[in-house]
Amino acid sequence: MAASTNGFKVIGTRPVRHDGVDKVTGRAKYGADYAFPGMLHGKVLRSPHAHAIIKSIKTDKASALPGVKAVITAEDWPVLSDKVEQGGEGPVNLAHLSLNLLARDKVLYDGHAVAAVAATSPHIADEALRLIEVDYEILPPVMTVEAAMKPGATIVLPNLRNKEEGPDKQTNIAAHIQFKRGDIEAAFKSADYVVEREFKTAMVHQGYIEPHNAVGIYNADGHGTIYCSTQGTFAVRGLTSALLGMPEGNIKVVPAEIGGGFGGKLTVYLEPLALLLSKKTGRPVKMVMTRGEVLRATGPTSGSTIRCKLGATKDGKLVAAHIWMGYEAGAFPGSPVGAGAMTIVAPYDIPNLLIDAYDVIVNRPKTAAYRAPGASNAAMASETIVDELAEKCGIDPCEFRIMNGAKEGTAQTAGPPYKRIGFLETVEAIKNSPHYKSKLEGPYRGRGVASGFWFNVGLQSSAVVNVHTDGTASLVIGSVDVGGTRAAQAMIVAEVLGIDVNDVRPLVADTDSIGHTDVTGGSRTAVTTGLAVFQASQDVVRQLKERAAKVWEKKPEEVTFENGVLGAKGEGIKPMTVKEIAGRLARTGGPVTGRATVNARSVGPSFASTCVDLEVDPDTGKVQILRATIAQDAGKAIHPSYVEGQMQGGTAQGIGWALNEEYFYDDKGTLRNTGLLDYRMPTCLDVPLIETVIVEVPAPGHPIGSRGVGEVSIVPPLAAVANAIYHATGVRMTELPMSPPRLLKAMLKKRGAAESQAAAAGR
Amino acid sequence: MATVVVPALLRKLTGGRDRVIARGRNIGELVKDLERQFPGFAGHLVENGDIKPSVAVSIDGEMGTGGVLDRVGEASEVFFIPAIGGGWR
Repeated sequence: MAASTNGFKVIGTRPVRHDGVDKVTGRAKYGADYAFPGMLHGKVLRSPHAHAIIKSIKTDKASALPGVKAVITAEDWPVLSDKVEQGGEGPVNLAHLSLNLLARDKVLYDGHAVAAVAATSPHIADEALRLIEVDYEILPPVMTVEAAMKPGATIVLPNLRNKEEGPDKQTNIAAHIQFKRGDIEAAFKSADYVVEREFKTAMVHQGYIEPHNAVGIYNADGHGTIYCSTQGTFAVRGLTSALLGMPEGNIKVVPAEIGGGFGGKLTVYLEPLALLLSKKTGRPVKMVMTRGEVLRATGPTSGSTIRCKLGATKDGKLVAAHIWMGYEAGAFPGSPVGAGAMTIVAPYDIPNLLIDAYDVIVNRPKTAAYRAPGASNAAMASETIVDELAEKCGIDPCEFRIMNGAKEGTAQTAGPPYKRIGFLETVEAIKNSPHYKSKLEGPYRGRGVASGFWFNVGLQSSAVVNVHTDGTASLVIGSVDVGGTRAAQAMIVAEVLGIDVNDVRPLVADTDSIGHTDVTGGSRTAVTTGLAVFQASQDVVRQLKERAAKVWEKKPEEVTFENGVLGAKGEGIKPMTVKEIAGRLARTGGPVTGRATVNARSVGPSFASTCVDLEVDPDTGKVQILRATIAQDAGKAIHPSYVEGQMQGGTAQGIGWALNEEYFYDDKGTLRNTGLLDYRMPTCLDVPLIETVIVEVPAPGHPIGSRGVGEVSIVPPLAAVANAIYHATGVRMTELPMSPPRLLKAMLKKRGAAESQAAAAGR
Repeated sequence: MATVVVPALLRKLTGGRDRVIARGRNIGELVKDLERQFPGFAGHLVENGDIKPSVAVSIDGEMGTGGVLDRVGEASEVFFIPAIGGGWR
C-alpha cells in the first residue's frame, strides 16, 4: 500500500487511466495496425552465420520477381564516420549503428541484416529474400567474454582499438572502466571474513510482447513520416536523419501505442529501412518483425562474467570490495558494464574498493538497454556475497544491509555523495513486512533477500497545457506512454489547476507537434516530463491570475489561486473557478496555453529491496516461487497502482532472468531458441501475486518529490532467488539461469560430495 | 579553484593523485587548466570542443547538462564519470 496523498488532492490517488477504454476495447492503435493506400510490405534478409565476410551480394533475381518494388543493401545509404553522438539512452556510434542495421563487408551475428526488400505482399517479399544471393566466407565465431579476451582471439571488428592497448593493437575489448578508492590490500587484511566467487549470467532479452514495427512514408518533396512503436520519437528522428543523411526537420515520427519496450525500443532497427524503401518505391512501406527476428536481431542485454570479492569484519562491517567485470557488448561496443560497475555495491558504504570493468565484443547481437541496464547482473554477484557474509557473521540479512547501508552523504562508487535517499527505508520495510515476519516451513523451502540501486536519469522534456473554454484542459507531451505515464502527467495538471483529472486530456504528440523530448527510459518520464508538466501548469495558473486581475481591476500579484479557485481581497469580488475564468478568456486576452521545457540536472536515484520465498523440487530442480515482496522508494508515487505495476513487472522479469531465460547458441554461433516456447519467460502460472510496499522518501529538489520507478525493481530479484535457493538447498548458485537441469546438477553434486564425506568418515 | 576528483585510469597522468585543484569559471576552462597541468588529460574528456557523449560531469552533486559551458564555483567539487544515459543533442 502507498503512503497517503500527503496533502495532495489528486497525486497519490488511483483514477482510471485516460487510455484505458481504448486499450481494453482494441481501439488503441499499435504500430502493426497502420495501413495506407498503396502500402508495400518490407522484409529483411538476415545472415545465417555468426561471423563471416560478405564476398558479394546479388539482388537482380529478387528485383526481377513480380511484385518486388525495391531491394536495398548497405550500398544504398551513406557510409558514416566513426562519430559518437548522444542518442536514445547513451552515446551512439553512428557508423556502428549503420553497420548494425545493414551489414557491409562482414556479418557479425546470426540474424545480422544484410538486405531488405519492399513488395506488394509480405509473401512476395519473403520469396524475394530467398532469391538474394549472398556469398559468405565463414569465420570462426567468438561467443563469450573469455574467448574474446584471451590472447590470440579471433578479432571481430578489425578497426576497433582501445586507449590502453594503443592504436596498433587489434582487440575485442572496446573499453576498460575503473573505479578505485582507499587501500583494498590493507582493508582485506583487516577483514575477518572474505568471500570471493565468480558469477556468470546469460544474455537475455527484454521480452516485450509487441515486435518492432515501422511504416515509412517518403514524400517527393524530401519530407518523410515514420509511424512506429518506440520509446523515443525524437531518438528515431535523430538517428534516422543521421543514417539517411536527411535533415532532422524533414522527418516526422508519429508514436504508436507501445506493447512493451523495457529499453529495447530506445534505438532503431526497421525505421530507417522502411523510410529508405519508401524513398526508393514512392510508396508507404510497412515492416513488422517476427518473434524470431526480435530474438536474433534486436538488442538483448549482456551476458557477463563477474568475479566479486567482498571483505567484512566479524561484527558485520563491510570494509573492502575487489571486483572484475566483463560484459558482452555484442557485435559493436556499448554494453552497460559502466552502469554495472557503478551499481554493484551502490547500496553500501564501503571505504575501499577497486572495480575493473570491460566492454567486450562478441559475435552476438549488439546489446541494448534492458531495465536498469547492467545492474541486475552486478547485483546477482554482490548481493549473493553479501548474503554469504551476513551468514558468516551470524547477522540477519536485513540487519546486515542496514548496518552497511548507504545514506545521505555516503560516497557513491563514482564518487559524488548521495543526497537524500531511501535505501535503509526499503530494507526496513522488508524487515517489517508480514512476509518477512512470517514463518517459512517445509523441506527444500528457502527465503532470500537482496537489494538494488538505479540512478534514474533527467534529460530533456517539453510540455504544453491548453485551457479550453469549458474549463477543461489538454496536455501535450512528447513522452511515449509506458506503464500509465500519460495518466500520471494528467494527474499533475489536475493537481496544479485544481480540476478533475478526467477534465484533463493527455496527448502523446509526434515530433512536429511538441518540443524536443528525450526517450521514455531511464525511469525519467514521471519525474522529468512530470517537472515540465508541473511548470507548464504553473504557467497556466500565472496567466489565469492575470485574467482574473483584469476582470477585477487588480494587480496579478493581488490574486490568489487555491484548489482551482481564484480570489482577491476587495468589496464585491466573487471568487472564480477555473471553469468560470475559462469562459471569459476571449474577453480577457485570448487563449491560455502554458508551456515549459526542462533539461533536468538532478534526479533522485532509487533503491529497492526484495524478499522471495520458494520451494525446490529435489528430483527435478524446478523452483516454484511461493511468495515475493518488493519494497521500493518511489519518492512520491503519483499514481500508486501504476507504480505497483512497475514494481511487480520488474520483479517478474527478474524472476524469469534468474530461473529460466537465456540465449542458447550452438557451436557455430547460431541461436537455437528463437521463439517464446524455448526462450522461457515467466507466465502468470509461474509467479504469485507480488506484494508491493511503496516507500516514500521525497527526492530533494523536485516539486512533487517523485523518483523514477520503472527500473530498479528488476535489480534485486536475481540474487534474492539465488539466496533463497541456497537457504532451501544449501547450494550457492553462481551461474544464471538457475534452470532445473543446472540446479539439479548442482544439488546432486552437493549430495554426492556429502555422501562421499559421510562414507569416508564412516570408514 | 575547484577540486577535481581524478578518474582512476587517469591518475597515471597526475602522479597517482586522486584529487587535484584546477582553475576555471566553467568546465571548458577547467579542462584546459587540467591539460596545462597534466598533458593528455583533456583528450580523455573532450572531443570536437565539447565533453564527450560517453562522459558525464557531476558538479557539487548535480549532473551537468551544459557540457563545457557548465559553471564551476570557487569551491566546487567536480567528478568526470561514465555517462549512463544520454539525450539526442
